[in-house]
Amino acid sequence: MRIQAEETSLNAMNTSANQEQPRRQGFFARFLEKTGSLTVFSLRFFPSVFVPPYELGEVRRHLDDLGSKSIPLAGITGFIVGLIIAMQTRPTLFRFGADSFLPAMVAISFVRELGPVITALIVAGRVSSGIGAELGSMRVTEQIEAIEVSGIDPYKFLVVTRVLACILLQPLLTAMVNAIGLFGAYVAVAIESSMSWQLYWDSVVQSLTFADLIPGLAKTAIFGFIIGIVGCHQGFHAEGGTVGVGRASTTAVVLSSMLIIFTDMILVKLTVWIWP
Amino acid sequence: MALVEVQNIWKAFDGHSVLRNVSMVVEKGTAAAVLGKSGAGKSVLLKIIIGLIKPDAGSAMIDGKDVVALRRKEINALRKTMGYLFQGAALYDSMSVRENLAFPLERQITLTGEELEDRIVTQLKLVGLESAINKMPSELSGGMKKRVGLARALITNPRIMLYDEPTTGLDPITSREISYLMRSLQERYQLTSIAVTHDMQCAKIIADKVAILHDGCLEHQGTLETLEQSQDETVRSFFVSV
Repeated sequence: MRIQAEETSLNAMNTSANQEQPRRQGFFARFLEKTGSLTVFSLRFFPSVFVPPYELGEVRRHLDDLGSKSIPLAGITGFIVGLIIAMQTRPTLFRFGADSFLPAMVAISFVRELGPVITALIVAGRVSSGIGAELGSMRVTEQIEAIEVSGIDPYKFLVVTRVLACILLQPLLTAMVNAIGLFGAYVAVAIESSMSWQLYWDSVVQSLTFADLIPGLAKTAIFGFIIGIVGCHQGFHAEGGTVGVGRASTTAVVLSSMLIIFTDMILVKLTVWIWP
Repeated sequence: MALVEVQNIWKAFDGHSVLRNVSMVVEKGTAAAVLGKSGAGKSVLLKIIIGLIKPDAGSAMIDGKDVVALRRKEINALRKTMGYLFQGAALYDSMSVRENLAFPLERQITLTGEELEDRIVTQLKLVGLESAINKMPSELSGGMKKRVGLARALITNPRIMLYDEPTTGLDPITSREISYLMRSLQERYQLTSIAVTHDMQCAKIIADKVAILHDGCLEHQGTLETLEQSQDETVRSFFVSV
């Protein structure tokens, strides 16, 4: 009886393992398929961007639509983050008599890391989801096919123009967020001490080198590429009607945010290796 | 002379066979209608002809060129000689009616602003919608969208027109208006057309030749008169529904 019971339970385990196996394989296969699809989709950008027609009018339209409308959100967030960093760190620095280092600390952390990453995450939330939803809706209503049957390459018209706009706007937005964040930090300093703007700004400028500025701004172009290409990829491959559009929009934000943080980790390591 | 020739097309999605050994020929300057129930694979057939979907096997010859074997650039060049009316018209949401019509034209031919405007207005007059030139697609009714879609498809002077369910979602009066419009445009421009539809009334107005797609196979091809005489149950079901 016991042997029979053990056999039964073993069979049950085998059955459940057999049932789980295809599910695991399915997930892995799906993951590989999506990664491959995103890679091929991304690589297609580089030859396409150099081939005419260039659709500069569309790029300009997207710069305005995606970029200028992100200014208020990015600016307010930058100001508040700068203010909070200064408010939080000043008491500790003061305790050690090092509060004069506050401008340098805020400047380096903002220019190297906080500015690029915060701006990228904000833009990912606003722009990547927007692109995903817009292209997704175009896909499910056959508008992308309509472009294709007109003999026009929809990748060039819809994807290249948007990704290019994201690449161009990201460094500009980051530079703006850095400046506003540093101003926010000064507001916090001015409230609690008598440091003048001139002294604060001199300390900021003296503390920064090209090794802080160049990698900080250069990586924003890579973040822009990620934001644009992920949004476009999700929208371009949306399926399943309005549900698919919603899914494309959500996945675009999640995936682009994750990729930004992951890429940042690699780029920080690379920057430290190049400029020790 | 055959302008469109589909030979032994097979297509399956996720193991489910949609088209099985489908072959059809459409002569230059004639109109064919493919009838079939919803989900029979009619739109898939049309999308294979224009190169939007690759078949698992078979060929789709347009003017002697096999769409299945062509490269992206060659397909794009071939598509410039074809027009396609989508089931939901597929007008670009972010563009006005004028911009919708200008979009394919500007990218295919170099025209002055005046010539472009002329072509757009002429095309809209043909479909009776010149007053809607500045409207956005969201401001148009279903029938108006179909008309604008038709004008957009015809603005580049295609030789071949493909219609995907041209009367679906329209009331019977508008359906008939669209069907007669298609017929008049067909005669005016000597188009070679293929329409996929489940609307027998529309097929009767526009088509010289009819084929019935049933269970993935293209059965019972012929003129409307010959099909009307058929005793086959599938064929009869389409005629009875009118």
